[in-house]
Amino acid sequence: MWLLNSSIGKKLIMSISGLFLILFLLFHLTMNVAAVFSEEAYNVICSFLGSNWYAVAGTGVLAAGFLIHIGYSILLTLENRKARGNDRYAVNARPKNVEWASQNMFVLGLIVVCFIVLHFSQFWYHMMFAELIGHHEVELGGQAIGTTDGAAFIKYYFSNIVVVILYLVWYVALWFHLTHGFWSALQTIGWNNTIWLNRWKIIANIFATVIALGFAFVTIFFYLKSLC
Amino acid sequence: MDKDINITVKVWRQKGPKEKGRFETYKLDNVSQGSSFLEMLDILNEKLISEGKVPVAFDHDCREGICGMCSLYINGHPHGPDSAVTTCQLHMRKFKDGETITVEPWRSAGFPVIRDLMVDRYAYDKIIQAGGFVSVNTGGIPDANSTPIPKKNADLAMDAAACIGCGACAAACKNGSAMLFVSAKVSQLALLPQGKVEAARRAKAMIAKMDELGFGNCTNTRACEAECPKEVSISNIARLNREFISAKLQD
Repeated sequence: MWLLNSSIGKKLIMSISGLFLILFLLFHLTMNVAAVFSEEAYNVICSFLGSNWYAVAGTGVLAAGFLIHIGYSILLTLENRKARGNDRYAVNARPKNVEWASQNMFVLGLIVVCFIVLHFSQFWYHMMFAELIGHHEVELGGQAIGTTDGAAFIKYYFSNIVVVILYLVWYVALWFHLTHGFWSALQTIGWNNTIWLNRWKIIANIFATVIALGFAFVTIFFYLKSLC
Repeated sequence: MDKDINITVKVWRQKGPKEKGRFETYKLDNVSQGSSFLEMLDILNEKLISEGKVPVAFDHDCREGICGMCSLYINGHPHGPDSAVTTCQLHMRKFKDGETITVEPWRSAGFPVIRDLMVDRYAYDKIIQAGGFVSVNTGGIPDANSTPIPKKNADLAMDAAACIGCGACAAACKNGSAMLFVSAKVSQLALLPQGKVEAARRAKAMIAKMDELGFGNCTNTRACEAECPKEVSISNIARLNREFISAKLQD
C-alpha cells in the first residue's frame, strides 16, 4: 500500500491529519469565542457536546486524528534521523528563507501535546470523562460544579495567572507550529507552485495569527473579568 | 582589492568508509584571495605532500560549475557561504584574514564517505537509472513549430534541468532527503511532450528507488532550495508530489 510504504504516502498522512486538526482548531476557537459573548450559549454547546453518542464518536475520530498525526511524526522523525547518517555536521548554519519553525516542528509539536495533557486534565477529565463514568457534578475549588457548566470551568482556571501564562505559552508554540504546518501540508499534497508558495505562506501566517490571538483573547478576557 | 590572507583550515580526515573520522587543523599563509577554494586545497595538498604527509582527498572535475562533481560542506553550507555557485566557483575573497574554515564532507546515510571529503554519490545515479530517462529514441530535433510548447513550461523544464546532481540538497537537508534532486529530474521530463508519456511510471519508480536507498522524508524546510548551486525551486517538489499521488490514485 503506497500510502503506508512510500515516503510521500506517509507525508500525505501527516498532511491530511494535520489539516483535519486545523479544522478542529477552528471549531474549538469558534466555541470559545461564544463564551465571551454569552456564557449561557457556551454552556448550551457544552451540554450538547457532553457525553452524547455523537459527541463521544466525534471525540473518538478526533483522538484518532491526533494519534495518527503524533504517531507518524515520531515514525518520520526517526526515519529522518537515520537518513542523516551517524556523523553530524560540526558547523550548522540556517540559510535565509529557512524558517526556524520548519526545522523544529517535532519539538513544537511535543510542547503542544504536553499542554494538551494539561488541558485535558483540567477540562475534559472533569467534563466529558466525569459524565461517562456517571457523575453529573464534580468538585472544583471547593465548589460542586455541573459537568456541562463549561463557563464555570473557564472562569475558575483562567482566574489563575499561572494557568493563563501557561496557556499563552501554548498558543505561541501552536502559532509557530501552524505557520509552517499549514503551507507545508498543502505543499505535500502538491497544491503549490512558485506563485502560490508565497501566497500559502502569507495565508498560513494570517491563519496561525488569527487562531493564536483568538485563543489568547478568550483566555485574557476571562482573566481580566476575574479581576473585576 | 584581493590580498593575501592567512587562514586556518579544519578538514575532516577519514581513512575509509568504515574508519572513524576526525578533524585535522592546518595553517596556510599568504593565500591569494584571487584563488579559488579548490586551488587553496591544492596549495594545502602541495604543502602536505612536501611535508611527507597524506594529501586530502576531495572530488572535483570541470571546475566551472557544470559537472556536479565538487561537493564540500564549508562553514555550515554545502558549496560554501556564497549563493548559487558550486565549490569550484567559490573564491577565497569570500573569507577573511585569520578566519578558521571548517570543511566537511556531505553527511547523509545515502552518501557514505569514501575517504576524507569524498563521498559516494552513486545513489543519485541509481535513482536516475530507475526512471530518469525517456525510453524510446525521440528522433532528431523537430521543427520548432511542429509541437507547440508553452513558453512557461519550456522555462520551468529548463530551470529544473539545471540540476547537476551534486547532492547539495540531501547534504543541506536535516532529514537527508533527496526530494529536490528527484523532483528536478521528474519535472524536467514531465513538463515536456517527450517525457510526459512516461511521467506516472517515472515518478513511481524514482520515488521507490529513493526510499529504498534510505534517503529521508521531506519536511519542506526549504534548506535544499537555499543551498542549491543551481537555485532549483521547491515548486518542483510540489509537482513531484502531485505526479506521484495522482499516479498512485490512478492505479
